[in-house]
Amino acid sequence: MSAAAPWGRASPRLRRRKAVNLMMEALATVAALIAVALLGTVIVSVLRRGLPAISLDFFTKAPAGFGAPGGGLANAFAGSLVIVAVAALIALPVGVLTALYLSEFAPKWLEETIRLALDVLNGIPSIVIGIFVFGILVVSHQQSGLAGSFALAIIMLPLIARSTQEVLRVVPETLREASYALGISRWRTVVGIILPASIGGIMTGTMLAVARAAGETAPLLFTSSLTAPFVTWDPRQPLQSVPLTIFELSESPDPLDHARAWAAALALIAFVLLASLVSRALLARSRRKLGQVG
Amino acid sequence: MSDTITRVGRVEIAQREQAPAPTRQEVVFDIRNLTVRYGRTTAIRDVSFEIYRNLVTAVIGPSGCGKSTFIRSLNRMNDLVPTAKVEGEVVYLGKDLYDRDVDPVEVRRWIGMVFQKPNPFPKSIYDNVAWGPRVLGMRSGLDERVQRALEQAALWDEVKGRLKRNALSLSGGQQQRLCIARALAVEPQALLLDEPASALDPIATSAIEDLIHQLKRDYTIVIVTHNMQQAARVADRTCFFSLSEEDAEGERSGILVEYDETQKIFTSPSDPRTEGYVTGRFG
Repeated sequence: MSAAAPWGRASPRLRRRKAVNLMMEALATVAALIAVALLGTVIVSVLRRGLPAISLDFFTKAPAGFGAPGGGLANAFAGSLVIVAVAALIALPVGVLTALYLSEFAPKWLEETIRLALDVLNGIPSIVIGIFVFGILVVSHQQSGLAGSFALAIIMLPLIARSTQEVLRVVPETLREASYALGISRWRTVVGIILPASIGGIMTGTMLAVARAAGETAPLLFTSSLTAPFVTWDPRQPLQSVPLTIFELSESPDPLDHARAWAAALALIAFVLLASLVSRALLARSRRKLGQVG
Repeated sequence: MSDTITRVGRVEIAQREQAPAPTRQEVVFDIRNLTVRYGRTTAIRDVSFEIYRNLVTAVIGPSGCGKSTFIRSLNRMNDLVPTAKVEGEVVYLGKDLYDRDVDPVEVRRWIGMVFQKPNPFPKSIYDNVAWGPRVLGMRSGLDERVQRALEQAALWDEVKGRLKRNALSLSGGQQQRLCIARALAVEPQALLLDEPASALDPIATSAIEDLIHQLKRDYTIVIVTHNMQQAARVADRTCFFSLSEEDAEGERSGILVEYDETQKIFTSPSDPRTEGYVTGRFG
């Protein structure tokens, strides 16, 4: 008896399996396209409505006052810059040290507990963090850029700590061993070998956290200012911020304000996109560097 | 099956000057009843023997018999494994390394180690060698120190023009010699080599072996290898580790079977298990 090849005989069952396969593939592709199309639509519509109001003045001048044409939102840009920068200055060292503790020093059970705590912190609605900071910093003192920074730092901390922990995890164990075998202590190993090897990844996490914080609105609602019309760089003052300005201008009856809101939204999106791209590039670079060690 | 075995035959012993070993050799490591456990499994059990100054001592044996565990217990690298537990004593120049008042960081500073896979730091060639001395406070004459270490590791001539280049641009064999230079730069007293040539090609391996011959003038060297020819070529004394018979729980652990002059281990071992291994009948 001669054996026939088992394929080439299209049974109904096989045809059905093929059809299901094709259908699922098509569904998944459509879903992926929708995700990309959504991003594209948002970017295009913001570009279309925001671009006309963008000019040099828009970034460098203070607001012109209600109903008046011209002027800019320099107060909001400066405020956001200061608030986010100070927030990063707070969250970066705390987040990196937390990650170092988790990956290099903590016993396993504590590592898991703290990691869970960070994930919970990351999941807390930002409005709750805003109210919390309002309660401890603003009620007793006043609204200020610093209070806003503090709220944003709480949002950034788990992002930086967790992403740093991930890059520390991919630093090869053999590098630690090499250092320990020279009679070098843990801490010197961390500072001299592990941090330099993972600095690219840490910067990536920080950029992403900065991008996220720059767009946060709720934590600033109670902590910094809605109506600070003057450009100031002093974080002790209540500072205007870009996301809150977008919110405020979009509520205004003046159509000029609506255009300004779109332009501010465009600036914000451009910043977030840029930050994401830069962080991608940094990550790819640090992967390449470590990949050679691996 | 039997075919391949008979063809392996006995391992060739390299010609070496028959300088009779001094009758009283100075003991550097005196290992007494050393047992190392990882959690519930026993990696090595009840190992006792002495390692002498300025000799190359090879540790051979089949996979999983605890060779690496053993060599890592000589400079307390096993302390980094949370579940590892060490019993017995490793007396180094009269002092037990595992005494409560001994700092493992200090131990590793004097007993250097080179690993199976080359593991240079992602830094320049110069910084790879200079970093250890710098951190340990040996800052004076750093350039000379780096050069000396690279010369000792027979790498200087190949890298002297590109010390600022990243160490990862070197070939595997060069990286491993760089790792040896890095270990030598902090002036250890003993050097532990954990299969230092297993990831290298024959030419690079030969370079490392020549180097080991040079280094034993100044250092006491312990080398783990699964390559018997290599042990025969480089070692003055050889110890053969193997797995014990199953105990009551069906567990096997690494044990020291035989320890003697290399020549004796490979030509007239006294234990049939050693003979079986060196003639290729198992392992």
